[in-house]
Amino acid sequence: MKSLHDFLFGLYPYIALSVFFIGSLIRFDREQYSWKSDSSQILRKSQLRLGSMLFHLGVLVVFFGHLIGFLMPEPIVLALMSERAHELLAMVGGGVAGVFSIIGLSILIYRRVSDPRILSNSRTADMVVLVIIWLQLALGLLTVVYSSSHVPGYDFGALIAYVQGIVIFRADNAALILSVPWVYKAHIFLGLTVFLIFPFTRLVHIWSGFAAIFYLSRPYQLMRTHRKLASNRRIS
Amino acid sequence: MKIRAQIGMVLNLDKCIGCHTCSVTCKNVWTSRDGVEYAWFNNVETKPGVGYPKEWENQDKWKGGWVRRSDGKLEPRQGSRLKILSNIFANPNLPSIDEYYEPFTYDYEHLQNAPEMITPPTARPVSVVTGKKMDKIEWGPNWEDDLGGEFSKRSKDALFEGIQKEMYSAFENTFMMYLPRLCEHCLNPACVASCPSGSIYKREDDGIVLIDQDKCRGWRMCVSGCPYKKIYYNWTTGKAEKCIFCYPRIEAGQPTVCSETCVGRIRYLGVLLYDADKIEAAASVEDPKSLYEAQLGVFLDPNAPEIIAEAKKQGIPDAWLTAAQKSPVYKMAMEWKVAFPLHPEYRTLPMVWYIPPLSPIQSALENGLIGENGIIPDVKDLRIPIRYLANLLTAGKEEPVVKALETMVAMRRYMRKKSVEKVSDAATLKGTHLKPLQVEEMYRVMAIANYEDRFVIPTTHKEMVENTFDDKASCGFSFGNGCSSGATDHSLFGKKKATPIVFHDLRRDRKANAGQ
Repeated sequence: MKSLHDFLFGLYPYIALSVFFIGSLIRFDREQYSWKSDSSQILRKSQLRLGSMLFHLGVLVVFFGHLIGFLMPEPIVLALMSERAHELLAMVGGGVAGVFSIIGLSILIYRRVSDPRILSNSRTADMVVLVIIWLQLALGLLTVVYSSSHVPGYDFGALIAYVQGIVIFRADNAALILSVPWVYKAHIFLGLTVFLIFPFTRLVHIWSGFAAIFYLSRPYQLMRTHRKLASNRRIS
Repeated sequence: MKIRAQIGMVLNLDKCIGCHTCSVTCKNVWTSRDGVEYAWFNNVETKPGVGYPKEWENQDKWKGGWVRRSDGKLEPRQGSRLKILSNIFANPNLPSIDEYYEPFTYDYEHLQNAPEMITPPTARPVSVVTGKKMDKIEWGPNWEDDLGGEFSKRSKDALFEGIQKEMYSAFENTFMMYLPRLCEHCLNPACVASCPSGSIYKREDDGIVLIDQDKCRGWRMCVSGCPYKKIYYNWTTGKAEKCIFCYPRIEAGQPTVCSETCVGRIRYLGVLLYDADKIEAAASVEDPKSLYEAQLGVFLDPNAPEIIAEAKKQGIPDAWLTAAQKSPVYKMAMEWKVAFPLHPEYRTLPMVWYIPPLSPIQSALENGLIGENGIIPDVKDLRIPIRYLANLLTAGKEEPVVKALETMVAMRRYMRKKSVEKVSDAATLKGTHLKPLQVEEMYRVMAIANYEDRFVIPTTHKEMVENTFDDKASCGFSFGNGCSSGATDHSLFGKKKATPIVFHDLRRDRKANAGQ
């Protein structure tokens, strides 16, 4: 049991994150044409706007909440708020955004399954992604319930130390969360699995979504030319 | 001055017979693929009608093109950059596939395989999207062909603005025209401006607007940004596609497929020189009715020695300058002023222009409306209301359209007299800006329309930018990812979407055939 725990929470994070980064890079380099959001909006307009907005905005808050909440170094956090306040913020902020997100995702799953047009044009991978993310959101919300009732074994500080331990390559990191309740472990495992499947699914559009921020400072019109190349060549 | 060259197109609506040859040949070459079977890079609409997709000209509904803000700057009608980004999760202005039509085929196999029945078997329509049988086909790319359907539906046509609809509904059988449409390859394209990925671009060398299929991420903002609704979302590949102006042909000096195959010889292709520094000012003119003239101001005279010298200095090849001097597009748009941009009020500065139709003469004899020269009547007696054409071509300004039609009538008068009475009578040109020599050239280009007069296309000097030896034994046209079709059947990064049953059978048959 201990060795399985060590594998899942000591090694698996590095396997998942390596596949995530290297896989994304290879796909971006080799399979540009397959890199897309894969929208089904054109096939059915209704329900998408509500579902997609709720889901995406909720999940963005959840994502950045995790990123900042877990990875911000302890001294900075403590300078801003007490550990208890940090914990409450995580539970309330994550809880509210998670609820929005899971409602949105449920609408999106219903939309995909109930409309024959979308269903017959869905890949297995599309369904797998939706189900995994739905389960992950549900587990995340369950951790809020567990945390608020302070079940034995729950330790907010240990969870933070564990996540930071992954980033700073702490040895024997898995031992930190050996005794936390199963919900947290399942949430961590599934979360890492999302990273693992990321490069093989439409999830890669998240990279491009963040890159779209450059649109804000771009000139409206874009030109490409052959002629400049020609004149360069003549000079060289 | 920043001189650029573009291959523009003119369509002479006066000669369009609505045969759809352009649409069909275009489809056969470019969009006979999964996911774009509903897309027609070129389509022909019957006007009056709501068009394809439905009501595309109604920008209050679809939010395409540009708007001029109160500070005089332009902004896409669908919103600022920030607003466009905030709509990235769900585009509120995207037409659904039903606004085009649900693509369908027929269950032809059933005609062969049906068991013995009391009634003859039928080939029922099958949706290409779901692969399921359809009860009824509700709409198609050409539903309103030759005024099909009831007038109440067609009267949603945005061009009826400022016209008493009811009056024309009574005469609906006498008022009709065709409008072939393709990507306008605008000087100020709204699709390029709307793309969050920066995947759409205009080619500096020939003005063709293209979508980089590798860089497109399927955010769909170009589809709603284009006021002509000429960008289509491929629902199989998840990428946007559009008319590519047959650039492989254009580069080789050949006309586009739609132009080449036009049986009515209505299409013209030629070079226009323009000053890129003037685009922004021309597109931001306050009064929409001045936009047509403002766009004319962007074009440069290819015969002026100072323009030629400057163009050479800026690297425009000699062959392109010669072509610009012989350009039928320049002649029709700038010299004779008979061709107009499509909906200049969208502020996109479109580069596919139209010659308005001189509609057939309406019961001229019985009403005694015979014109001054006995045979050809006044422009005002023509069937299609001038306002309707002005709404299409000059943002509602009637004078330029009237002048163009009068120019065309004068040409007919002059040439009629010349060929019937064998007299060159300059008096028939009174009231127009034409000179006899000009009219004869007009007649040659517009009426006779020989191949070499219609298409004056210089080749792209690709030999200067590409080492063709590297292209030896490589693939021709592909959709990215090197020589693959882009949608690989099996790949580490995902499988091709399942295509509908209709095509599955086809594919299996081919495989079986190959095995034998």
